[in-house]
Amino acid sequence: MAYMANLRVWRGDHGEGKLVDYSVEVNEGEVVLDILHRLQATQANDLALRWNCKAGKCGSCSMEINGRPRLGCMTRMSIFDQDQVLTITPMRTFPVIRDLVTDVSFNYEKARQIPSFSPDPATKPGEFRMQQVDVQRSQEFRKCIECYLCQNVCHVIRDHEENMPAYAGPRFLMRVAELEMHPADMADRRNIAQDDFGLGYCNITKCCTEVCPEGIHITDNALIPLKERVVGRKYDPLVWLGGKITRKQHRDTPRVPGKH
Amino acid sequence: MTQVTQGPAKTRAQIQAKTLRTDPWYRSPRVTATGLTIIVLYLLFASFANTDYIFGSYISPLYSPCLATTCTPSDSSFFLVPWLTWLTPAIIIIGGPLGFRFTCYYYRKAYYRSFWRSPAACAVAEPHARYRGESRLPLIIQNVHRYFFWIAIAFNIFLTYDAVVAFKNPYTGAWGHFGVGTLMLVVNAILLWIYSVSCHACRHITGGRLKHFSKHPVRYKAWTVISRLNNYHMQFAWVSLTWVTLTDLYIRLAAAGVFGHGRWI
Ligand code: SF4
Ligand code: SF4
Ligand code: FES
Ligand code: FES
Repeated sequence: MAYMANLRVWRGDHGEGKLVDYSVEVNEGEVVLDILHRLQATQANDLALRWNCKAGKCGSCSMEINGRPRLGCMTRMSIFDQDQVLTITPMRTFPVIRDLVTDVSFNYEKARQIPSFSPDPATKPGEFRMQQVDVQRSQEFRKCIECYLCQNVCHVIRDHEENMPAYAGPRFLMRVAELEMHPADMADRRNIAQDDFGLGYCNITKCCTEVCPEGIHITDNALIPLKERVVGRKYDPLVWLGGKITRKQHRDTPRVPGKH
Repeated sequence: MTQVTQGPAKTRAQIQAKTLRTDPWYRSPRVTATGLTIIVLYLLFASFANTDYIFGSYISPLYSPCLATTCTPSDSSFFLVPWLTWLTPAIIIIGGPLGFRFTCYYYRKAYYRSFWRSPAACAVAEPHARYRGESRLPLIIQNVHRYFFWIAIAFNIFLTYDAVVAFKNPYTGAWGHFGVGTLMLVVNAILLWIYSVSCHACRHITGGRLKHFSKHPVRYKAWTVISRLNNYHMQFAWVSLTWVTLTDLYIRLAAAGVFGHGRWI
């Protein structure tokens, strides 16, 4: 049954803006993104919003719906009461370009800082042999669609913009964890995880896990295991002593430029 | 470096509301705070009480192992610590289990959210002007958790011993007894083991730290089992904590004579 939904959509440029009320038709089976497209087609032709796949796979349509970070294309209208006002705002953590479109380049900058996959140079292309059990853990992290909802919700940067230079955010700490767990990767990123990517800022309150549309257990399977690995490298006196006795060599990656 | 084109002004959407969430996000931190407060207050009271913690072969988990020379004699009283006698035997050992729970990844989440409110719920602004989290003192100390894990294992061994001793009749000392107290102490030990084994530090130590699971099939298997338990770590944290509380309460009431002299005690 079609009905008219009451929307409040954040409209504005470069930070300045306000919530504007609209009333838009909703049909059965539609998602929030459909309603925004109808709004764009019928009443607000200049509404800016980002989308691509409409299937929860491209990570473009991240927004906040009634204050919760969500994908517009994966949020069914049927989960809301018909008389409820839907407040739709851009992701709060990133600078807004216009309306619902934010500038997420922070994330690309962080991504570039992570030292890439570093296999043993002696292994020639075609010689890698890996077993499923060895790559299984990191495969979960590769489901990420880079919607950056986790980055957006993480209070470390959401509520404290000044932490952005020091903190890479859950998505990229998860990338570090993925490489740390990679069976063919030789580099040791534990020092930079803590010192350059700010793992210590995370207080494991699990909001990243709560919002991830791919259902990745970011906190339990990436961040906490990474914290435990960092403890093993930086804070555990017994592991340190053991390393001294066995003369263990760490292959630390270079520090992130501009951080030291 | 890749060339980055000059973007628009870098300003976030200026939205004043501390959250636009319309669901009852405040409920869960409130429930957590209330639950923790009630249990912690009771446990503090019980730890300072210094009476009624032993009933025949039963000993309250808060007072075991009973190390002080001032302990009520029992199978779990070791009379090893002659100093600090102005403290109760529970306070002398409370650091172990308390440290374990306090630095537990789940409890950290629970009290950071419900008491410190950073954040109280997702996408709800926290009240603090600055935030450094666990990146420096004091909270960087949370990284000792794995040491408390080993301490907790030692405690579990004592509490398992207590559960075995609870098969003695609290009145006569004869073996082969099975009463409510026995059940409480046996379940208590089992729950504490499950809680400790599902710990993230334990998960790391057994297998999480490895790069090649295929080279360590036994540790991989252990890691798989622990990972499965670890999914419910929060539930185990609550159930085991509640059970410790109830066990102490039961033994306290029995020792105080509230239940009279009964076969099923
Ligand atoms: S668990 Fe850590 S990374 Fe994830 S949202 Fe919370 S503080 Fe941020
Ligand atoms: S981890 Fe999840 S929430 Fe974060 S960017 Fe990837 S898919 Fe989105
Ligand atoms: S449009 Fe691709 S994830 Fe929503
Ligand atoms: S006991 Fe909870 S994580 Fe270790």
